[in-house]
Amino acid sequence: MSTEQQSIVGRGNRDGAQLFRDWFADLSAAAERGERAAYVFVMGSMNEVLKSFDMRVSFPEINSLQLAVRHVAHEYLAEAEDYGYSPDICGYVKADVAVQLNRGKHAMGRIPKPSVAVYTNACNTYVKWAEIWERMHGIPIFTLDVPGHRQLGIHTAPGSDDFERDRRYVEIQIRELITTCERVSGQTFDIDKLRETMGHANTMSRCWKRILELNAASPSVFNALTDGTVYLGVANGLRGTPEGAKYFEDLVQEMEYKVEHGIGTTTSEGHRLTFVGVPCYPIFRRFNELFSDWGGVFVNSTYLWFASGGSNCGYQYDLSDPIASLAEGTLLSVRDAMDAMFDQTTMIQDSIERFGIDGVVYHPIKSCRTVSTGLADSRRALMEETGISSLFIESDLMDRRVVSEAQLKNRIDAFFEGLQSRKQNAMAGGI
Amino acid sequence: MAYAAGVDVGSTQTKAVVIDEDGVMVGRALVDTGANVIQAAQHAFDEALKSENLSDQDVEYVIGTGYGRYRVTFGNDQVTEISCHARGAVHLFPGTRTVVDMGGQDTKAISVSETGEIVDFCRNDKCAAGTGRFLGAASAALDIPIGDLGDTALGSTSPVKISTTCTVFAESEVLSWLGKGKKIEDILWGVHRSIATRSGGLMRRVGVQDEVTFTGGVSRNKAMVAALEERTGVKLNVSDDCQYIGALGAALFALDRIRAGRAPAGGEA
Repeated sequence: MSTEQQSIVGRGNRDGAQLFRDWFADLSAAAERGERAAYVFVMGSMNEVLKSFDMRVSFPEINSLQLAVRHVAHEYLAEAEDYGYSPDICGYVKADVAVQLNRGKHAMGRIPKPSVAVYTNACNTYVKWAEIWERMHGIPIFTLDVPGHRQLGIHTAPGSDDFERDRRYVEIQIRELITTCERVSGQTFDIDKLRETMGHANTMSRCWKRILELNAASPSVFNALTDGTVYLGVANGLRGTPEGAKYFEDLVQEMEYKVEHGIGTTTSEGHRLTFVGVPCYPIFRRFNELFSDWGGVFVNSTYLWFASGGSNCGYQYDLSDPIASLAEGTLLSVRDAMDAMFDQTTMIQDSIERFGIDGVVYHPIKSCRTVSTGLADSRRALMEETGISSLFIESDLMDRRVVSEAQLKNRIDAFFEGLQSRKQNAMAGGI
Repeated sequence: MAYAAGVDVGSTQTKAVVIDEDGVMVGRALVDTGANVIQAAQHAFDEALKSENLSDQDVEYVIGTGYGRYRVTFGNDQVTEISCHARGAVHLFPGTRTVVDMGGQDTKAISVSETGEIVDFCRNDKCAAGTGRFLGAASAALDIPIGDLGDTALGSTSPVKISTTCTVFAESEVLSWLGKGKKIEDILWGVHRSIATRSGGLMRRVGVQDEVTFTGGVSRNKAMVAALEERTGVKLNVSDDCQYIGALGAALFALDRIRAGRAPAGGEA
């Protein structure tokens, strides 16, 4: 490997991990000083606004999944359940409750208390979750209500009366958010600082879209389940920052380099897969190995769409009219994120040929009925429409008690046996 | 003559099948799995060889299947029981489009295409409801040998409705019906219907298409066949070999490997 290759290939994972460590170190230091952070979520974080007030942000969803990846989530879940939360509710929420009960103690340091919670309606649990902090810490909470589609399959487009009404509705709420941020931060709103954060967000969205598209290359240049989740963390945590923008520009360069030089994410790409749902964080690496052992590579994932808040659309803000444009971008992106969760069949169908997909893996999770309900029907619809092979496996994003590796492996092995037999028969038929 | 073999290590019983070059079953054996899975696999294989006076040297390729497939230490490869049951069922009943396999701890439904490819599959998850274990619980509660459950249930005239789907709680429900003075045959038919409801749900998830082949140890139970036929409205294919279908499928895959090994370089397997 040349020096040039060594410095570029794998840089996204290395730099992403470092940025993450730095981010959590900053959060820990702030917590030690008694400072607070805005609590936000991945589907519509409104980082552009918060960063323009120099507000530190913490993503409770990311904090929780980090506990699962570090194999300590069960301790937090048990504590929240002992406190009275049901085993049936979202594992992210319960892990966070235990973090709060332990004054921010976390496997990656310490999480500051919240100063404000900002969230959209993309996930119904966000609302109830924020109400917990409201009761625990007496903080203001802000719901950004983003209208979804009025009717399945019918999208209002910019320029139409319906869309304009929705956009104005979001814009009014953003103006309210700005007022809330002024109160919480003690700073006066500066529209030029907003332009600055939105400019960085533009770079990140444009790059994110490009990166996802580059994985149509064969061999694929990153694993959408493992590498993709690292990139996604930066896309969320550092949205609207110069560090985030630079990271994504570098990442585009890395992926373009890999495409140009035919450097794949694996040496033997046997089956190209799409992942639907949320990763199995309690056995994050092992889960992927159950597929890679068969030469399976995830080349795209609905998680990278909806958990990036729809920034995969690459929406570019008009900085000459920032608040109106922020409303339009938020409406379009969050709406797309909701579609990627609830009505992803068309999106997947559109990508099958372009990405050369051999199979689709549906992974509903016990913790989250929001993202899981309907996946069985979606799968059936996709199979009927396209005849593509698919696999339906259930586990969880946090709770190792409902993750059975042996059962997962059995189903995954059977899926690949079927895929191989199908490919062999197709080849034999074609001879 | 080269032989191929399949060893299906199930949760309750281990089955071995030996086939000849034409895919004809020449030896088979069934033993309890017990705690020593490796030993059970070896024992079943040895017994299957004995029936045709073969030695392990006569068998060119062995495939392990079932939950203990990686414990078939003398095997050459492993294939999941999902693929093996589909393969074996289509071999015995070529018109098979749906397979329902009911074993000691799991039930699976598999849909296969006209060419025998697996289209979809589904199995019970983290719960033994709708499996042979449910019958085991009833057998223990009523103190009736498991082999007599089916014939007894078929004598039912006024079946009870077993409402619980949990195998653990089923035993107490069975006892409560006994306490109410219900006849054993009526309780047992209710148990069979309850299992059929649960496994019928799995079958509907993959789509019930005629012909349906019923495999696994529970397929020997006539009442279970009747209850599933009542539930699905489809006549089921069953055979004396149904319990061996997983091992048979594994042996057929082993035969494929032997044939592929003999194919000329670059030739089609």
